[in-house]
Amino acid sequence: MPTRRQVIGAGVVAIAALAVGGLIYESRRNSAPADAFAFRVLDEEDRAILAAIVPAMIPTANVAATIEGFDTAVAGLTPSVQAEVAQLFTILRVPVLRMLATGIMTPWSDASVSDVANFLTRWRFSPILKLRAAYDALHQLALAAWYGSNAAWPPINYPGPPPVSS
Amino acid sequence: MIVDELRRGIEGGWKAYDASTFTQDQNYEADVAIVGTGAGGGTAAEILSDAGLRVILIEEGPLWTSSDFHMLERESYPNLYQESAGRKTKDKGINILQGRSVGGSTTVNWTTSLRTPPETLAYWRDRFGLRDFEESDLAPWFARMEKRLNVAPWAKPPNANNDVLRKGAARLGIATAVVPRNVKGCWNLGYCGLGCPTNAKQSMLVTTIPAALARGATLLSRTRAWKLETGGANRVTALTCQAMQPDGVRPGPHAIRIRARHFVIASGAIGSPALLLRSGLPDPYGRVGKRTFLHPTLISAAMMPYEVRGYAGAPQSVYSDHFLTVDPIDGPAGYKLEVPPLHPILMATNVPGFGAAHEAIMQQMPSANTIIALLRDGFNDQSQGGTVELKSDGTPLLDYPITDFLWDGARRAFQTMAEIQFAADAKTVYPLHENAVPYPSLAQARSAIAALPMGILQTRVASAHVMGGCGMGADPKTSVVDGSGSHHHVENLSVFDGSVFPTSLGANPQLSIYAVVARNATRLVRSLTGP
Repeated sequence: MPTRRQVIGAGVVAIAALAVGGLIYESRRNSAPADAFAFRVLDEEDRAILAAIVPAMIPTANVAATIEGFDTAVAGLTPSVQAEVAQLFTILRVPVLRMLATGIMTPWSDASVSDVANFLTRWRFSPILKLRAAYDALHQLALAAWYGSNAAWPPINYPGPPPVSS
Repeated sequence: MIVDELRRGIEGGWKAYDASTFTQDQNYEADVAIVGTGAGGGTAAEILSDAGLRVILIEEGPLWTSSDFHMLERESYPNLYQESAGRKTKDKGINILQGRSVGGSTTVNWTTSLRTPPETLAYWRDRFGLRDFEESDLAPWFARMEKRLNVAPWAKPPNANNDVLRKGAARLGIATAVVPRNVKGCWNLGYCGLGCPTNAKQSMLVTTIPAALARGATLLSRTRAWKLETGGANRVTALTCQAMQPDGVRPGPHAIRIRARHFVIASGAIGSPALLLRSGLPDPYGRVGKRTFLHPTLISAAMMPYEVRGYAGAPQSVYSDHFLTVDPIDGPAGYKLEVPPLHPILMATNVPGFGAAHEAIMQQMPSANTIIALLRDGFNDQSQGGTVELKSDGTPLLDYPITDFLWDGARRAFQTMAEIQFAADAKTVYPLHENAVPYPSLAQARSAIAALPMGILQTRVASAHVMGGCGMGADPKTSVVDGSGSHHHVENLSVFDGSVFPTSLGANPQLSIYAVVARNATRLVRSLTGP
């Protein structure tokens, strides 16, 4: 049986962890000034949604860099596929649609990593093909955005391209 | 010393223009206009210009040359691939890797150069009346293109990634073979899929296209062929094109009109039918876009007890056709086994799942081996391929339903790949499927694979081979062009690319396209220059 003191201790640690996590989260979100990267597709609201999704998708990713890569990736899609991505973000933006489709009842800025992970799992294994396709789109775009950057390579022990001098 | 011959030639006055820089509408005239610069368009351009014909080449993608190839996925996928390497079938069930730059897919393919399998040719003769497709008819054309593109079996040892397939198959008594590659002075780097930085790959970009330009051909890049004009008669009078914007995604304000005696369509198995559909050319039996094939491909990832470094060394050097031969060609779906290169984006986007579990797999990247199984489609009533349609904006969309016949092949392929990987000492094997996990033993993998629900966006399915959609055949009721690539209903129009194949090939397509197009372009020269 844990003593009462241990239970309180664990609670304090958990609260502290949440607070620290929140600080890290805020610092990640604010780590780049808004005008450092010229976003071509994603607006502030889209980026706030991704700021909640990316840490669940790729826990150790640099969130700001991944969102920038995500924007670049979407901008390279054909106009008709970009329109589909825009539809997906509409579902994530409109509160009632977000609640129905993702089960996330709070604004994105208040959603925890486990809330987001639950929503991703729900879409990933959904009997509805369109939700599986939406999950796949987020999966592909977020992972391509992060693993395309040099910063992603040391943790996966990928040395990068070999030198070629002509 | 790496020489960027194409860039140097353009600086010396070759006629290559980027349409995104045009400031007004343009008109061109030529003997032959070729839409597409991949295996078909490139081969045709050299042969036609060699015969003294004035050729103009039209390419939707950009002109990137060796100086631009930095072996970075983030640069190559958006610039050198259709839809940023994320082209999907209609239900999003299959991700298609297809090139889109000068050189087409030959600029980014993995250099595997295999002749059309004899049993495929026999099926075409029997079912599509393609009488002059005997092995002996095509042999000289294969030999000619193999010589032109320096095709030879890879003489160096396979990299560790390919060696997993060789070793595992050998221990199970399954025959493998060495992949012939179109390379000259290959540095064995492993980045063929991102554009060869050393010009060792003998793609169209460094062979036939510079040859055609040196003989006076014109190349328009960032130019999207939009519509063939017929003016009522069964003759094409002109081709209208859109000058793309520099982003390569949206058309700009300027139009390009090309008049020619003859038009060659070589836009690949999705682009060629789409151009014919947009143009509203005669199609009395509704054949255009039908029977488009993909070699739907399943992926099995293994963690090996040693470093594999799947990103280093010739990407494909070992293959097995064993499972294409166990059943008759029109029996249960057969599959070819190959090995793909591993790069961070390619791996991360194909490994299912997310979060810490996904990261844990990514962290083992140097130990990862991957085998792929390419299902041979198009030889059975239950495997009729897909249909190319047009979206509301006129761009193409491939509707490719995966039938139970193919899912059955997929399940057998997963079993085979797991057996081979464990035979090669794999620690775990992970059939890429949303409901699967890495399995630590063959017994566990076997029972899991037997129970996996096979379905769209559950099973991961990819394709790097687009074939069909403008199928050739003797009977206009069941085909779009004849065995020479000539359109059945329009006089001065040919299709010279992988879209003419009436089934999938059961082999990587580039060499089949080179040989068939070399023969058909030579026939076209005779008809355009003869008495």
